Amino acid sequence: MLAVVTVAIVLQRHLFGVVVLTTIYSFLMASVLIVLDAVDVAMTEASVGAGISTVILLATLHLISTTEMRSFRTKVLPLVVAIGTGALLVWGTLALPPFGTADAIIHKHVGPRYLSDTIKETGVPNAVTSVLADYRGYDTLGETTVIFTAGIGVMLLLRGMRRRGRTEEGGDGQ
Amino acid sequence: MSLDLILRIGTKLILPFILLFALYVQFHGDYGPGGGFQAGVITSGVVVLLTITFGLEAAQRMAPQAVVQRMIPLGVLIYAGTGVAGLLLGKNFLDYSVLGHDAVHAHELGIFLVEAGVLVTVAGTMTAIFYAFVERGR
Repeated sequence: MLAVVTVAIVLQRHLFGVVVLTTIYSFLMASVLIVLDAVDVAMTEASVGAGISTVILLATLHLISTTEMRSFRTKVLPLVVAIGTGALLVWGTLALPPFGTADAIIHKHVGPRYLSDTIKETGVPNAVTSVLADYRGYDTLGETTVIFTAGIGVMLLLRGMRRRGRTEEGGDGQ
Repeated sequence: MSLDLILRIGTKLILPFILLFALYVQFHGDYGPGGGFQAGVITSGVVVLLTITFGLEAAQRMAPQAVVQRMIPLGVLIYAGTGVAGLLLGKNFLDYSVLGHDAVHAHELGIFLVEAGVLVTVAGTMTAIFYAFVERGR
């Protein structure tokens, strides 16, 4: 189903349809993450990917024209690059241990300690939260700073343009 | 603003429950799925719904732009301040074990403060970006 939606997104020329299909893709992705028992990530995907992104994309569509421009370039080189990258990624997965094996490397390093000591050390039963906010606090601080920077950047860009537009209008009126 | 009566009443009815759900996701993040990021996005969803149904003015009366813009750095400051508090009390940056009378409670408190910081930043950023787009579109 994910593949079907992806092909539909590529074929769709009308951008409103693309936004709706992207939302469907996000919800499907959230379902996949729930099947993989990653409920925290699924929740984020559903709220950010399907919720806020859709709203912001629709707001953007309100500002620009809603039909994708037809491309004039040849399509051979992008196809080669895409197939090449995909082949490299598939080749990379061949070296991974089989899905769900308990003795894979990622389950041997610090993971077991986090899982077994989370209640003893932090009193928080949800290991995802304790890893996110305590054991890996630096990373989350970085993520929060990234969101902060993104917000400031978008606000500066959009409002700066608006102010310039307004002064030009004012100059024309006088 | 002559929108459907059912839509407006329905929105009014559902808004407190969305906010309540956001708070549940925030504070229950220690026990179940959820946390600052998700709760922040759900909180900004309240503002989005309010804007769609009642217009930008009503939404900005409830969540004024000045407050929203101050929330963005405030959250980062709460997060970093929690880290600096540990630093001042004689441990490493973001080491929560000195914040309370015993280490386990201190860690719980530290995680709570940090998640609150994330909530404030994410809610503020998402709402501010949404406001910026909506204001551009008018």
